[in-house]
Amino acid sequence: MDFELPESHRILQASIREFCEKKVKPFAREWDAKEQFPHEVVRELGQLGVMGILVKEEYGGAGMDALAVAVAVEEIARYDGSLALTVASHNGLGTSHIRVFGNEEQRRKYLPKLATGEWLGAWGLTEPGSGSDAAGMKTTAVKKGDVWVLNGTKMFITQGTVGHVFVILALTDPPKRQKGITAFIVERGQKGFTQRPIHGKLGMRSSDTAELILENVEVPDSARLGEVGQGFIDTLKILDRGRITIGALAVGLARGALEESIRYSKERTAFGHPIADFQALRWMMADMKTETDAARLLVHRAAYLADHGRPYTREASMAKLFASEVAMRACNKAVQIHGGYGYTREFPVERYLRDAKLCEIGEGTSEIQRSIIARETFKTA
Amino acid sequence: MKILVTAKRVEDPESKIKVKPDGTGIVQEGLKYKINPFDEIAVEEGLRLVAKHGGEVVVVSIGGKEVHEQLRHALAMGAHKAVWVNHTGPLDQMGVAGLLQKVVEKEKPDLVILGKQSIDDDQNQVGQYLAEWLGWGQATFASKAESFDSENEKNKVPALVVGADNKTVRVVREVDGGLATVECQLPAVVTTDLRLNQPRYASLPGIMKAKSKPIEELIPAGLGVDVTPKLTVTKMSAPPARKAGIKVPDVATLVEKLKTEAKVI
Ligand SMILES: Cc1cc2nc3c(=O)[nH]c(=O)nc-3n(C[C@H](O)[C@H](O)[C@H](O)COP(=O)(O)OP(=O)(O)OC[C@H]3O[C@@H](n4cnc5c(N)ncnc54)[C@H](O)[C@@H]3O)c2cc1C
Repeated sequence: MDFELPESHRILQASIREFCEKKVKPFAREWDAKEQFPHEVVRELGQLGVMGILVKEEYGGAGMDALAVAVAVEEIARYDGSLALTVASHNGLGTSHIRVFGNEEQRRKYLPKLATGEWLGAWGLTEPGSGSDAAGMKTTAVKKGDVWVLNGTKMFITQGTVGHVFVILALTDPPKRQKGITAFIVERGQKGFTQRPIHGKLGMRSSDTAELILENVEVPDSARLGEVGQGFIDTLKILDRGRITIGALAVGLARGALEESIRYSKERTAFGHPIADFQALRWMMADMKTETDAARLLVHRAAYLADHGRPYTREASMAKLFASEVAMRACNKAVQIHGGYGYTREFPVERYLRDAKLCEIGEGTSEIQRSIIARETFKTA
Repeated sequence: MKILVTAKRVEDPESKIKVKPDGTGIVQEGLKYKINPFDEIAVEEGLRLVAKHGGEVVVVSIGGKEVHEQLRHALAMGAHKAVWVNHTGPLDQMGVAGLLQKVVEKEKPDLVILGKQSIDDDQNQVGQYLAEWLGWGQATFASKAESFDSENEKNKVPALVVGADNKTVRVVREVDGGLATVECQLPAVVTTDLRLNQPRYASLPGIMKAKSKPIEELIPAGLGVDVTPKLTVTKMSAPPARKAGIKVPDVATLVEKLKTEAKVI
């Protein structure tokens, strides 16, 4: 057994770390305060190949694996959870649905521009009335002659306003529920398609989130992504992979919380000692370190399974569940270690805490992860 | 143009360096390593020159198997091939220069670009020895006149200017209190200062391409170089801890103290 990252992944990690030290770390606080999407930095990440990690070279991507996505997203999240969410959702959801389930024509049309970040991808499953119960969606797509007519509303869609290419899940055969859902590609600016930004999020504030409204949006059959009625089954596969990435994001936040806590506790003094001398705080940091490492091992195991063509639904859920709860605990401790300063925007740890909360909600809540883990475990028991 | 650049493996300046209690070296456990930042600048300059004039960048590193990571990083940045001088054990500046001389004689580059020094031993000697032994011209501390916000920097224009006849290179050097411009016949040795360029990050497609680029292995004995050090490090010690600063009540006192105590103004 080998716990070392491959050489290529270590270089990737170093490269992203240097990029973030310079281009992300000094600005993340301001982006968060202003709810500002960092277009220029995303463009530069695109030039580095970070927006097309899994896309094959023939379509202009880097052709790397799920482990590379995990390494990249963890590294970015250590500096900025929002930017990590942008990278995670673009790579893992929108782009991946086209990459995995698109036909050759769709791949040629969209992947080269998505892989360089020239276009941003979004993925619309959740609706105002359905999240965990995703198949309870109301959006419909009705075939009229040569075209499909889409109607409905999608909620909390990442890259919803800044995105160019949207994968939209819609009911094509409502009575069949899960088996009556189909995916479509909708492009920004299409007639009847409006995007309404959502402001005032607790965390992930410089990640772009929007509500999408589809009013008689007409798309040709060539915009249908995958087989009719197959959309939900494909979606579950996309989510499996996406969850590894959210796990990695949580690991990055937890690691950031620990690193900031170590630094601060060595500098801050109380009762004539650096607070790092107090066992109460040292034990907190011992737990943070232990749990963060354990979470990363779960994330890397799930990525390993995915990269080796093995089943990983349960392992991806375990990684996401554990890592996001670890991140919450670690960030909460980090604020505690920082005392009153931790409660202000002067230090990044309160932002990490706010960002970490999303990891327990997005791409399936912790309750849903536990349901999946239980279901998969009972299957084989 | 064929350009040879160096990529020494050094401790990451971000990691915390601790001297071993017995003073024989530094604690290596848990350290991160990277390409010497001055060498990274050399790689970048080589890539820019080749982008403009055509040719190839060959990157060389001396060390054990672990230096493959730095070579692979330079290849991921865009270098075309790598030379690995497989050597473990102590090596002084003359040993390094001697090995590089053999690599130069073998590769026959038009230009060698190296960092002016490596951030671990801070010796600033290898480029100079190398130029001397090769009998080539040298331009040390290469810098550039423009700022990093300039269009040229954004467009990755090389700072070193190769003459139209491909026979000379013009180098802006950083000297005390200003810049000096020198022209040097090719082939030449150039060493880089910090303000020459901002090196690129290794891109993901670059990392993938680097996997199939060749790394040629050479051994000191095969090159006929005796690398027995003429210089040995006898003791290392941590710098003395910084004394606590003082607080002054106002600007006037500060100026007064700078004048009378620190004697800096
Ligand atoms: C910042 C952000 C970005 C997002 N990005 C996207 C995106 O890009 N694309 C997209 O499609 N969606 C996106 N989402 C939506 C996200 O996936 C959903 O919010 C999430 O799945 C939960 O759904 P819900 O909000 O409808 O909550 P609900 O499903 O209403 O859940 C409410 C509560 O009930 C619990 N619950 C529900 N069902 C069960 C059950 N069976 N057993 C136990 N407990 C249950 C939940 O765990 C939760 O605690 C995003 C959300 C946020 C906040």
